[in-house]
Amino acid sequence: MTAIRTALAAVMQLLLFLAIAPLVTGAIRTMKARLQTRRGPAIWQPYRDIHKLLQKGMVIPDTASWLFSVTPWVVFITAAMVGLLIPMVATHAPLSLFGGVLAVVYLLALGRFFLALGGLDAGTPFGGLGSSREMTISAIAEPAMMLAIFTVAISANSTNLSEVAKSAIGQSWRFLAPSQMLAFGAMFIVLIAETGRIPVDNPATHLELTMIHEAMILEYSGPYLALIEWGASLKQLVLMTLLVNTFFPFGLSSAWTAPGVAAGLGYYLVKLFAICCAVVLVENANAKMRLFRVPDLLAVAFVLGTLALISTFLF
Amino acid sequence: MIDRAFFGGLLAYGAGAVAGLIAPRRSVWPRVLCCGLALFGGLLELCASILSLASGAHAHWEIPAGVPFLAYGFRLDALSSYFILILSLLAVTISIYSLGYLRAFEEKKTVGLLGFFYNVLLASLTAVFTASNAFFFLIAWEAMALSSYCLVSFHHREESTRSAGVLYFVMSHAGTGCLLAGFLLLSARVGSLEFSDFASGRAELTGPWQAAIFLLFFAGFGVKAGIIPLHIWLPEAHPVAPSNISALMSGIVIKCGIYGMARVFFEFLGMPPLWAGITVLIVGVVSALLGVLYALMEHDLKRLLAYHSIENIGIILIGFGSAMMFITLGYHRLAALALIAGLYHTMNHAIFKCLLFLGAGSVLHGAHTRNMEEMGGLIGRMPRTAFCFLVGAIAISGLPPLNGFVSEWLTYQALLAGFGTTESLTRVLFPVAGALLALTAALAATCFVKAFGITFLALPRSEKAERARESDSFMVTGMAILAVACVALGLGATLFLPVFDGITARLAGAQVSGDLIAAGGLALSAGSARGGTVSPAGLAATFVILSVIPGLLLAVRRSKRKRVTGPTWDCGLPGLTSENEYTAFAFSKPLRMIFAALYQPRREIQAEYEVSPYYPKAIRFDSEIESPFEERLYVPVQRVVLALARRMRAIQAGSIHAYLAYIFVTLIVLLLYGVRS
Repeated sequence: MTAIRTALAAVMQLLLFLAIAPLVTGAIRTMKARLQTRRGPAIWQPYRDIHKLLQKGMVIPDTASWLFSVTPWVVFITAAMVGLLIPMVATHAPLSLFGGVLAVVYLLALGRFFLALGGLDAGTPFGGLGSSREMTISAIAEPAMMLAIFTVAISANSTNLSEVAKSAIGQSWRFLAPSQMLAFGAMFIVLIAETGRIPVDNPATHLELTMIHEAMILEYSGPYLALIEWGASLKQLVLMTLLVNTFFPFGLSSAWTAPGVAAGLGYYLVKLFAICCAVVLVENANAKMRLFRVPDLLAVAFVLGTLALISTFLF
Repeated sequence: MIDRAFFGGLLAYGAGAVAGLIAPRRSVWPRVLCCGLALFGGLLELCASILSLASGAHAHWEIPAGVPFLAYGFRLDALSSYFILILSLLAVTISIYSLGYLRAFEEKKTVGLLGFFYNVLLASLTAVFTASNAFFFLIAWEAMALSSYCLVSFHHREESTRSAGVLYFVMSHAGTGCLLAGFLLLSARVGSLEFSDFASGRAELTGPWQAAIFLLFFAGFGVKAGIIPLHIWLPEAHPVAPSNISALMSGIVIKCGIYGMARVFFEFLGMPPLWAGITVLIVGVVSALLGVLYALMEHDLKRLLAYHSIENIGIILIGFGSAMMFITLGYHRLAALALIAGLYHTMNHAIFKCLLFLGAGSVLHGAHTRNMEEMGGLIGRMPRTAFCFLVGAIAISGLPPLNGFVSEWLTYQALLAGFGTTESLTRVLFPVAGALLALTAALAATCFVKAFGITFLALPRSEKAERARESDSFMVTGMAILAVACVALGLGATLFLPVFDGITARLAGAQVSGDLIAAGGLALSAGSARGGTVSPAGLAATFVILSVIPGLLLAVRRSKRKRVTGPTWDCGLPGLTSENEYTAFAFSKPLRMIFAALYQPRREIQAEYEVSPYYPKAIRFDSEIESPFEERLYVPVQRVVLALARRMRAIQAGSIHAYLAYIFVTLIVLLLYGVRS
């Protein structure tokens, strides 16, 4: 019986994530445009893009191998899997038995590993450039992320994200603790780096020498491109969810019941909106950094993570 | 049953060695006999170790040597059996691989000699892992060091091979010297040379004696394991050996150091002082991080893999160091968890590193180059090798659901739990070590994107790569077995964990496999299901189920959609060539710039021009990075040694009369000393 409930919860959470992911991308674009007093594309544009791309044919580079075709699958599926390991509307993530926060980090790394290989497979200089930069930046973002994660895991005494969320129940103001705030700061910087946002990467760019993510996927077209784009917005959504639900876990339903889930979804959308606003503000207030300034930014995140860790037992 | 299999295996190795010497040269016999007998011996040892691990019996045999103090004592306890299991698994796969690999050697090289040393190395490794007294252990250790030296120097016509061999020889013997001193001190305290007496007399070890013994053994075993800063021989010696030997060296020979540390630190040393554990942990973190950072700068495929061995030894020592700290602090169950993390990674590293070296050997065999900048496009020419190499690359990068992920996950959990074991500031060490481990793992993934992407993907960068052909079925079979083992040890981790109970009961004083298995064997847990679980098998199953979604999406209007193959976009230039591709050097350039403080890169650009410097005829670019350990640490030591040697030349006049006088004087002094006492 529990197995069936878990499966139902998993299907529901997965569908919610899949449905909301392009919306978040669209909402950020629209809000950004409004702040710049542009009209911007409609908020539904990412859905239209995916729909359009799925209808189209595709061109496979003649230098590419089977790895080129496997990559979109892996990128999409790993992002979707991470969605099942993270609490979204209820404290209990459907598949939290299969892995906690460490599995989340490493599954995303698996997707990135294949994406970088896909970038190299076509044989263009752009692909290699993107792969090299993507792997470099994510590698130096890793220690800051791990320190922030350790801070959270130590105060919850678990790496299981459901347990982390549960441990916060009854302590709604925990996020005001110095360690939590510092860890949140570190994680927010990592979020910006991992999702390729300004000031680390510019998601709106095509064919610029500064691009990272777009350079890797330059040779993808049609349905494969749709899978990668959808996977990228899924990854962005699950990382945001990880951030809001670990540090601000209020409103999470304690069980998968209809009213609980509805209320949880309401809270979740509000929190998501808040984090999107934060991302938009950061994107508008900053210019894109030179690639070799990014390590400085990530060093700030690392220092924040270290301070967070030390303040877990000082305060 | 166990004894028959064990000694049968040793006999087979011996027969293989003899066959290598007597089989007719320039025929197929040396290859077939040496590899075949080594394969047979490996299978028998595999049976012996599995039987021993399954029964939990501590088999012990002693063969008197007829010389005072010396007996050939073999003991197959849980720890020994575990290392024999790793060794024999590698022996089996490498022997199968060598059946194909050595075929190319038959015309030019003496395969028989290679087979002789190969079998001697396997037999001496077996003896190292099972020796039950210090004397025999040192003899086996020397046999192992010498036979591996001969194998490293196999291509001795090349200058670089000879100098790498000498470096290995010198470093290895400096290490053996430390071990000898360590065993002498230990036996002086305990009054015996038997390992069982060392173990029972461990409570008496305290204070400076214990510290001296710890440091001597750490240095001695550290040289063999390749910890930083004693690693300098490793990236020289491993690449120059024939690839099947490189695989054996990186897979299991360096693990002798790990075996020795496990044996001495946890069994003979008594209660280790806290600083000992901290030292091991810090050395582990430094080795892991610097190992991978130097690996990233390598474009020689085999040197790159050799540096990754240093990295993985570091990861193993992170587990060992924290286990030692937990024992001192009194947390035996946690110590068992950390020890399992280290030992599991020992096995995993042996398997995927062996796989990767065999893959590199296959590439070398097919494309005749070790330089990654000359490779490319091999995935189409050597599809099976490419697939096996990819499995190894995913495993070594610690990505789920393969075996590297499981052992790294256990290491993280041990470090995380370590934070609560003490109130002092040392607790910060654990999470910081965890963060640096995360950096190491991410850099390893970067390095293997480079290693796989540049070697196998896109267009061939040279004619050699263009003409590469797939290796024969022996070589592919050897690699395929290891690739399957990578998957099995990842997905079936919970089935494998009970193997460690016998080891941790003796070394850490707790059996924890029951706590580490959650949800009826479906998931791994970190001591308790609340603390965190992970299920590689569950993740793999979820992956398969979720692949329905992209499958459905790609099925939309499939019949109407066109899928065409076209040229890669070339920015309007006339066609894309391999010169447009990203190189290995360019791939790691950002990291070279970010970590410039460490690498101290030097570059030199020379341009030739006739009229204006804006129109150069030819440009030469040279770049190198500093090797701080050689320049800052070893060169001064070398200078001191040479200066001392020059002084000593005064008494070595070359006159036989003077030498006879020295002997006479020494004899008189010794006699006087003997009479007085």
